[in-house]
Amino acid sequence: MTEALTDSTALIGRHLRHLLRVPERLLSVTLMPVMYVVVFGFLFGSAMQVEGGNYREYIMAGIFAQVMLANLQTTAVGVVDDLRNGLVDRFRSLPMSRYAVLVGRTVSDLMLSGVAIVVMSVVGYLIGWRVHTGLPEMAAAFGMLLLLGLGASWLGALLGLSLRNVEAVSAVMSMVMMPLTFLSSAFIPLSGLPDWLRAIAVWNPLSMVVGALRELFGNPTSVTDTSFPSTHPIPVAVGLIVVMIAVAMPLAAHKYRTAAAR
Amino acid sequence: MDIAIQAEGLRKRYGGKEIKNALNGVDLIVPAGTVFGLLGPNGAGKTTTVRILATLLTADEGEASVAGFDVRRQSKEVRRRIGLTGQYAAVDERLTGRENLRLIGTLYHLGKTATRARADELLELLDLTDAANRAVKTYSGGMRRRLDLAASLIAEPPVLFLDEPTTGLDLTSRLTLWDVIRTQVGRGVTVLLTTQYLEEADQLADRIAVIDDGAVVAEGTPDQLKDRVGDDRMRVTAAKVEDLTQLTKVLGRFTSDQPLVDEEQRTVSVPMTDGIGGIASVAAELAAAGIPVSDFQVSRPSMDEVFLSLTNKAATRPVNEGAAA
Repeated sequence: MTEALTDSTALIGRHLRHLLRVPERLLSVTLMPVMYVVVFGFLFGSAMQVEGGNYREYIMAGIFAQVMLANLQTTAVGVVDDLRNGLVDRFRSLPMSRYAVLVGRTVSDLMLSGVAIVVMSVVGYLIGWRVHTGLPEMAAAFGMLLLLGLGASWLGALLGLSLRNVEAVSAVMSMVMMPLTFLSSAFIPLSGLPDWLRAIAVWNPLSMVVGALRELFGNPTSVTDTSFPSTHPIPVAVGLIVVMIAVAMPLAAHKYRTAAAR
Repeated sequence: MDIAIQAEGLRKRYGGKEIKNALNGVDLIVPAGTVFGLLGPNGAGKTTTVRILATLLTADEGEASVAGFDVRRQSKEVRRRIGLTGQYAAVDERLTGRENLRLIGTLYHLGKTATRARADELLELLDLTDAANRAVKTYSGGMRRRLDLAASLIAEPPVLFLDEPTTGLDLTSRLTLWDVIRTQVGRGVTVLLTTQYLEEADQLADRIAVIDDGAVVAEGTPDQLKDRVGDDRMRVTAAKVEDLTQLTKVLGRFTSDQPLVDEEQRTVSVPMTDGIGGIASVAAELAAAGIPVSDFQVSRPSMDEVFLSLTNKAATRPVNEGAAA
């Protein structure tokens, strides 16, 4: 157990050193979310209407969640990189903990997500986003976001270990992310959608998570339907994220053990 | 005599579109403190063998132990006792040379002080001290390989797997690596070395196994292998490359085997028969055919000839299909 901890810490150190060497990455992690907040909040915000609040408050939960989901790609690409240059082989020939390589990567990616959350919160505050509940709810919301980021990272590790190719990762990501983000309540209030489309969007997992975040932040939810995920967003979202981690983590670890480069 | 590496009947097949037998029953015995060379063409199964012994792959069938531990059931114990240098330098490009070594040392659980001291020592040994604080992406190919070798030596493992450690390296880097490998053997380390360079096997290995199509086709000391291929050979070099076909045809009359042709050197060789008389008749035939010759030698078979002759035989022999069924 202590070995697993030392190994993971050493590898987290490795990734943080990478950040010092390639500071552009830190920039992309912080600047992209800021762009999202500004573009969606300001430009679209003036054209969008949300019942019971303003669009800038509505959009923040969507942006937070989307930035956490971006960990899928970050982690997948990192894992593919290690596979390709033979580092995974080296690590697998060492007497180290089997989880350490993936823990090191997912945890360091999560640390970056933490930085992104802080930056986004500050920019969100500047454009008028407020938390209308108490400290416990806010802490719960940020906790949920970090868990989402962690789950996305493990799913990304599984994706990277399975596809072993950066282009394939990008292709799968754009195919999944487009419908996932735009057919959800992340950026648009669902009340304006035709019934059949709304039925799909309501059951989109991202809508459930974003709905839970809005409820915890006390931001407008624009929920008009009475479906189970819309009326019980918090337990549904927590369940989803827990299942995601519980499935992705052992599968990725198994894939790693058998990931001999061919 | 202690056995450092032992493998019995290793078989491995890869799935995918067409199932390919990578290993068809490989047996190896490597005594402790010796260098064992695994020689074979690309795709023969050298790397697969090393990966199974280094616990990266599991064999479909067969048993193997390294440093006294079973590679399947006691893989962690095996990993504590091996160093692996793969075909490509497995180092982190964005870290410096020193950071790379310290990371690997930490992952071997050497302890902070020991890791640092050992990293500096190896940087010195492999002539990387000046570059130690530079990111590895600024290193040349030879420097990367040396760093990779340093990484596999950091825990002073008793068994070292070197998978084509000098492929694509210039002569100086190759000689440095050979030197380091010899020093390790002097300390009692067991080395399993795969290579396509016959000279490398000849220079370093105490015993050599020639592997082809996933099976060991010959094994022995370099001298034994040379003896197996036969007696002294006549080696004729054509003055002009156009004459090479004609030269091969003429020399072909003196042997029941295929003459071995080295196009780059314009050289054709056949086993010597008939002593001095054979040399005389070859010379007469060449004169009669009007082929200008720039060199004519008689010598012991080279490792290249051993290798070509063994793997040619293996390729034309239907034994491997039989073994796969």
